[in-house]
Amino acid sequence: MTKPVTPATPATPAAGEERPAGPAITVWRLRLSRQGIIQNLVLLAVIGVLAAAFDSLNSGFLSGANISAIGQSAAVVGVLSVIETVVIICGVLDISVGAQAGVAYVISAMAFSGTGNALESVLAAIGLGIVLGAVNGVVIVYGRVNSIIATLGTFSAYKGLALVISGGQSKGFVLADPFYIFIARGSLLGVPSTVWIFAVVSAAIYVLLRFTDIGRNIFAIGGNDTAARLAGIDINKYLIAIYALTGVVCAIAGIMITASAGSAQPTTGQTGLELQAITAAALGGALLTGGRGGVGGTVLAVLLISTLINGLTFFGVNSFWENIAQGAMLVAAVIIQKLRSGERRVGRPT
Amino acid sequence: MTSGTAGPTLRLEQISKHFSGVDALSGVSVSLQAGEVTAIMGENGAGKSTLLRILGGDYLPDSGRILLDGTPLLLRSPRDAHRHGIRIIPQEPEIIPDVSVAENVYVGRLPHRGRLFDQAALHRAVQRDIARLGFEQVLAPGMLGRQLSPAGRQLVEILRALTGQARVIAFDEPTSSLTDHEVDLLFRLIRRLRADGFAIAYVSHRLKEVFEIADRVVILRDGAFVAERPAAGTSEGELVRLMVGRDLTGVFEREPVRGGRPVLEVRDVTTDDVTGISLTVHAGEVVALAGLVGAGRSELARAIAGDFPLRSGQVLVDGAPLRLRQPKDAIWAGIGLAPEERKADALFLEQSVRDNITLVMLSRLRRFRFIRRSAERKLAGQFTARLRVRTPSLDQVVKNLSGGNQQKVVLARWLARRPKVLILDEPTRGIDVGAKAEIYHIIADLARDGVALLVISSELPEVLGLADRIIVMRDGRVAGELTRAEATEEKVLALAIAEDAAAAGGDATGASDNVPAVPPGEQS
Repeated sequence: MTKPVTPATPATPAAGEERPAGPAITVWRLRLSRQGIIQNLVLLAVIGVLAAAFDSLNSGFLSGANISAIGQSAAVVGVLSVIETVVIICGVLDISVGAQAGVAYVISAMAFSGTGNALESVLAAIGLGIVLGAVNGVVIVYGRVNSIIATLGTFSAYKGLALVISGGQSKGFVLADPFYIFIARGSLLGVPSTVWIFAVVSAAIYVLLRFTDIGRNIFAIGGNDTAARLAGIDINKYLIAIYALTGVVCAIAGIMITASAGSAQPTTGQTGLELQAITAAALGGALLTGGRGGVGGTVLAVLLISTLINGLTFFGVNSFWENIAQGAMLVAAVIIQKLRSGERRVGRPT
Repeated sequence: MTSGTAGPTLRLEQISKHFSGVDALSGVSVSLQAGEVTAIMGENGAGKSTLLRILGGDYLPDSGRILLDGTPLLLRSPRDAHRHGIRIIPQEPEIIPDVSVAENVYVGRLPHRGRLFDQAALHRAVQRDIARLGFEQVLAPGMLGRQLSPAGRQLVEILRALTGQARVIAFDEPTSSLTDHEVDLLFRLIRRLRADGFAIAYVSHRLKEVFEIADRVVILRDGAFVAERPAAGTSEGELVRLMVGRDLTGVFEREPVRGGRPVLEVRDVTTDDVTGISLTVHAGEVVALAGLVGAGRSELARAIAGDFPLRSGQVLVDGAPLRLRQPKDAIWAGIGLAPEERKADALFLEQSVRDNITLVMLSRLRRFRFIRRSAERKLAGQFTARLRVRTPSLDQVVKNLSGGNQQKVVLARWLARRPKVLILDEPTRGIDVGAKAEIYHIIADLARDGVALLVISSELPEVLGLADRIIVMRDGRVAGELTRAEATEEKVLALAIAEDAAAAGGDATGASDNVPAVPPGEQS
């Protein structure tokens, strides 16, 4: 049962002749190259249908103010989802993104109240983000711990760290500073500033994945790590760097949370961000086994989730339902992936 | 189809199977008779594997019938096939690594008293089965699954079949991971099964084996039945012609090359798997590493390529010692490795031909960190053309290529880097005859261009046809070296197994003279 079932190929002509492409193979190729596009069109269509349905129930749903609200609610989870996509393409996972954002949130507010300087508070949050992310990477690479278990551990540890640093109390008021006010309430060309941050982070990661050798190597590591290593990619270095980059992006998310909350309240918020990020990546087509995924699909999935949650809130559905909807979406997204892959439904899933 | 032989045991009639618009099989009829070995031959993609999968209950045919002693069967699952006494022995049988051979054989139907597992009865039963087949020296009921060599794994699968009351046994390229010596053992067993009245199907690429073991040969091409011949009444030339639809010159013979300056020097290298290896490969020279599976050849290759750490010794390229911490260091020094398991260790199956080829060239294709796409396409196009990779486009996903073309993609990756040293580990395994010849020509061209080539192969005709020098390894050491002029199959084999023969009977681990135990690092 070891031979893969490749479709029978046409007769081999004498060496040197170029074999004409069989029609079936051509169709298969087109389907693959279009798969991402089709999937994104489906996501876009679902968002459209959902928005139209909500809007027909209450024409206030598609008002400028509500669309802006959807965008802002998508921004924090959006940046986390985009970096989670990179982590997933590498064939690993980071469950601690929400907790890392929580630490950055507390640190940025406290650093600001300590120094009064917005730039320094941002640098402090990002610096600590690099450390927290790198710790994840080092534990996984050198401790040889499965990434799910490692980041499950740091998820709990970083949550506790945020509480320890702040003493569990509300700290630092930041909305006296023009920088934080701009992030909290400002806009550029009518688009809220947090949405701009989401767009810039997404665009940067998109370029990284699609146009650089780093992106190619990330896909290679997730696709086949032995082959990647034998092709000369320093996988250890890459994994640690990607977790450190995750820490930076989580810090950016944390700073956005600081601005919108006005001060650090470590006991509230930030729960469930990791679940949302993983859900968005999976729904956006990132294969949880690694090697496939993209920023475009993830961004659309984030918008879909935000539209849905906003709609549920808008119509006064009990917020407990949100958790059920999100959990169901994650499982459904993975089931769809597995059905597509044609994996046999026998024994333990991989 | 043909032959007036009476009472076929198993008949496949007009079997057709389609996959997403491709005819994997169209109207193929084959009969397997008791007390006969029927070889099924064809290039990759000819439909052999699909036929076996239908026989084994993995696939339902779209049309056609399977008759056992004249009674039609419906095989919906491997279980159905087992129930009717049909067993497929796959290339790489599924073995549970941390469980004994005995439990592996009887997995799913362990003897028990009430709910209590009867280990003593199990071991007695398996010991009896092993003795009946005459493999006491190779296999012990208490050995763990992960200690087994590829040959041992196949034996376990065969035991599963025999203890499950099989009547029809089909072997799917059983020898591809066995050494010549292990093949002899397997053939002895197959002959015995034939004498006991089993109907045996034998799928293989290897012509020599087919003549050695088969009574009849059925040839498939492009999913269709081409011909059936009695093995005694055909020739290699005819079979190759039937398989590929063209004539091929017999065995490849490379023009010998006068070696240039030494390029790769391995000095007294010891790793976890090999001991005190020294060898030199000159520019334009092809050196073959021969030996049994498990002799440490692949492990040595991995060490030279910077993947397995050196405990002591040195690797030099062009006289400069390398610091090998990881494969990257070897690549930068100009060493390329095409590993044995190309799917597991070399290819990115879900990615395009272009991505697979240019991966090790990205550092030369980028401006700042951005890849120059047109240059990348040009490079990939140039090497797919040079190696004649048959793919509809550079965007084709590698998974969809045939084995031979996948191997060419791996070669293209390294050729693009213009290596000084290229190590090829079993470069023609699982590849059809036509692609094999092309790979031999590529190797010859590279040597002419001055690349130092180290080729690991378990096929002796290949070793003799390609190499300027042959280094034979045994138990992690160099057992001897032969020049092209003095090498014969017998001499190579003698070096590869000599010490084992001397140690026969004195080995307490259960690994015998016949099947060397596979060291822990061995890729099975």
